[in-house]
Amino acid sequence: MNGTTNGQGPAVELARVVKRFGDRSGTEVTAVDHIDLTITDGEFFSLLGPSGCGKTTTLRMVAGLELPTAGSIRIHGEEMGLRPPNKRPVNTVFQSYALFPHMTVAANVGFGLEMRKVPASERKDLIDWAIDLVEMGSMAHRKPTQLSGGQQQRVALARALVNRPEVLLLDEPLGALDLKLRQQMQIELKNLQREVGITFVYVTHDQEEAVTMSDRIAVMHEGRLLQVDTPENIYEHPTTRFVADFIGRTNFLAATVAGADEVVLANGDRLRLASDRPTGEAVAVTVRPERLTVHQRGQTPEGLHHLDGTVDSVVYVGNAIAYMVSIDWMRLEVRCPATLVGDRMAVGDAVTVSFEPEHATVVSEQ
Amino acid sequence: MTDLLTPGLEHQAERAHARRGFLLGLPAMAYLLVFFVIPLGIVVAYSFATRTRSGRTELTGWNLDSYQRLGEEIVRTVAWRSLWVALLTTVICLILAYPLAYFISTRGPVVRNLLLVGVMIPFWSNFLIRTYAWRVILDSDGVVSQASMALGFGETRVLFTNTAIILGLVYGYLPFMVLPLYAAIERIDWSFVEGARDLYASGWSAFRRVVWPLAKPGVIAGSILVFVPSFGAYVTPAILGGNKQGLLGSYIVLQFLSARNGPVGSALSVVVLGVMLVGTLVYFRSGGRNL
Repeated sequence: MNGTTNGQGPAVELARVVKRFGDRSGTEVTAVDHIDLTITDGEFFSLLGPSGCGKTTTLRMVAGLELPTAGSIRIHGEEMGLRPPNKRPVNTVFQSYALFPHMTVAANVGFGLEMRKVPASERKDLIDWAIDLVEMGSMAHRKPTQLSGGQQQRVALARALVNRPEVLLLDEPLGALDLKLRQQMQIELKNLQREVGITFVYVTHDQEEAVTMSDRIAVMHEGRLLQVDTPENIYEHPTTRFVADFIGRTNFLAATVAGADEVVLANGDRLRLASDRPTGEAVAVTVRPERLTVHQRGQTPEGLHHLDGTVDSVVYVGNAIAYMVSIDWMRLEVRCPATLVGDRMAVGDAVTVSFEPEHATVVSEQ
Repeated sequence: MTDLLTPGLEHQAERAHARRGFLLGLPAMAYLLVFFVIPLGIVVAYSFATRTRSGRTELTGWNLDSYQRLGEEIVRTVAWRSLWVALLTTVICLILAYPLAYFISTRGPVVRNLLLVGVMIPFWSNFLIRTYAWRVILDSDGVVSQASMALGFGETRVLFTNTAIILGLVYGYLPFMVLPLYAAIERIDWSFVEGARDLYASGWSAFRRVVWPLAKPGVIAGSILVFVPSFGAYVTPAILGGNKQGLLGSYIVLQFLSARNGPVGSALSVVVLGVMLVGTLVYFRSGGRNL
């Protein structure tokens, strides 16, 4: 049958994939630059990065909507090469949903089955299953224009899942929804993925979304993969400055590598921190604001690394108190739980900021 | 504290706004009234009037005689022939224009604009001159005939045949098909086509199931823009058809100028107008349901 693979191997395997776009003046832009990536079966995998980083192009190449300039794309071991999208065992949920405006919800959901010539009797059951799966049963006869954004999103999901693709590709499917609905859909999507057991490849620029849903995340920047790891490792142990900065809020302390397990901060402080960077390289030490604690000067606990400074600002942000603290060579952001009201610092207080060495990570300055 | 607005004041403001809009539209409306609505009324009145023996039209003794005369064999023949010519012209224009419009709408912005200007270039020269140019091409010593002689098919004279009329009409009205089709196809969100391809549709299926239904308003608009003037065409058949093949346009002119029968000419005009109006409405409706 069209669009299935019998092969063994990872769900998706990209090897040295390159995509260049030429513009009219003849200059070429490299959108995807030698990407190697393996996505295993049943994984919820996110491609995360700012707009223009090549994540959507990568997804579209897996879908067959864009053809790679070089490299190999395999699905379950089978080379996709220049195969047109209709011959690939994948389906896509588009950012704009791309629901056919002249067809009802049921006709939209049944479109893929119809094109694959699934008998009408079987088709009906599958359409019902998919529409129920996304809880749109009462809307089957409506046109897409009569649905809200969230409902359209569900239909787009049903339209793709009804075909039981080997891999489901999602291109920022929640981007058009408001925050509340987006957060609700994140959880639903994750549950749905577990329920149907299909490999999801999810493109997003929203780091919170990626962290919430994914089994693994690939952070992309300027067409390259910077780091591929679990959300926790990417958050706690970023390898580059870009990744640390892109995922959540963080502080960067300029430093120089002094050995395999030691760095020297810009103020001369020595810090025992392991890194794989060569000695003498200028790096940054990143510490998350919530991993820093702040005390009145002179009350510093033992065993922590500490830096003296002055409180610049105190902002109550609901679940935390955010302090900006000036140390003599830079400013640090510190977040403390907003429970201990009595301990709150004031602007101008002389304080000490401290952190446990294992909460600091050395990142390359890229 | 007092209210700034007295109740009802906003209605006055709205009325003043509506009045301004009316005043702006007034010149065009006056023009249409004088040169379109009133003449049309005269034609309708003429169609119920009486023709005197001397060939004058008298606006007395209102009757339906002229409408009864439209049932005559000759009128029906002319009407069917006109319908056939107009339909054929429309279908040929559609077949030629669709791929072109599709091609134009999928080009980059620069090429696209160049091609669109190219489609409209013929409008920059006089329609009569262009039609006479066809006469030169199609006559027995024209390019077409010369080519056919060179190929050993002998002298071919296309001029003064139905083929010549349809060639001329297609030539004249093709841009009216291309432009609305282009506008309709260009407006289609390309992600619908990608969505269809992603859902296992071949290129042809994607076209048939997505592009065609979504561009249908363009097909309808273009067909009406071509069919309506073709149905009542006068100049092109007169120049290229030599008026041997009577069509509605020339038949109506004949009634007014040669037969001096204003009422019959008017009645036929009214019927043609009515048929086209109804036809257009039905066509729009049939397209509207799928949108």
